[in-house]
Amino acid sequence: MKVKVLFFAGLREQLGTPGEEIELPRDVTTVAGLRSYLAQRGASWKGALSEGKLIRMAVNQDMVQQTAALKAGDEVAFFPPVTGG
Amino acid sequence: MKVSVQDQDFDLSTETRLLSKNPKVGAVASFVGVVREVPMTLEHYPGMTENSIRKIVEEAAARWQVMDCTVIHRHGALQPGDQIVLVAVASAHRGDAFSACEFIMDYLKTQAPFWKKEHRAEGARWVEARASDDQAAERWQGPPRKKAG
Repeated sequence: MKVKVLFFAGLREQLGTPGEEIELPRDVTTVAGLRSYLAQRGASWKGALSEGKLIRMAVNQDMVQQTAALKAGDEVAFFPPVTGG
Repeated sequence: MKVSVQDQDFDLSTETRLLSKNPKVGAVASFVGVVREVPMTLEHYPGMTENSIRKIVEEAAARWQVMDCTVIHRHGALQPGDQIVLVAVASAHRGDAFSACEFIMDYLKTQAPFWKKEHRAEGARWVEARASDDQAAERWQGPPRKKAG
């Protein structure tokens, strides 16, 4: 299935991209799965997304836990803990 | 309810006057956040930002009497002394207005997708989230606390 992935703030800079449409392998079905799939892309991806890095995630603009399931067409965002206000 | 994410400045007295037009309103509590010391750029997640703020206001309205509410958050380049955020809550009495205003601000700090990048002499750096902000939001969990109106 295809999902739209977005990155914000420091994560966007580290990865050098604001995001992309991506076709997921069949075994990637959750946000955690997508995160580890992306982390395998190379050194900067691993450095930014590896477990242990404090990252927040949203699916279709709602904050979610890593266990959240994905479906085709979802907008999945990865970003650092927020610092507004 | 008015929620606006904008690059322009806002005027506190204009916003609070709009909130006090309803004759049943007896209290407007407001908070204005200001840039401290260092120039910064604020990034946000268009769409999610507005939705998350609306949800926070709805959550506040479920706990306290909120007759109307205005939240304005700026993005883009800001200088020391610039206003960043306004939360203003209209209610019949001050207790609800104060509590709801503080609640919205605490949740906005941990839930609304904004990120600050400071521009210091030694270079630019993203501001790190503070544990004290999480604690400020967590203290609202549990039954709502009513203050005297």
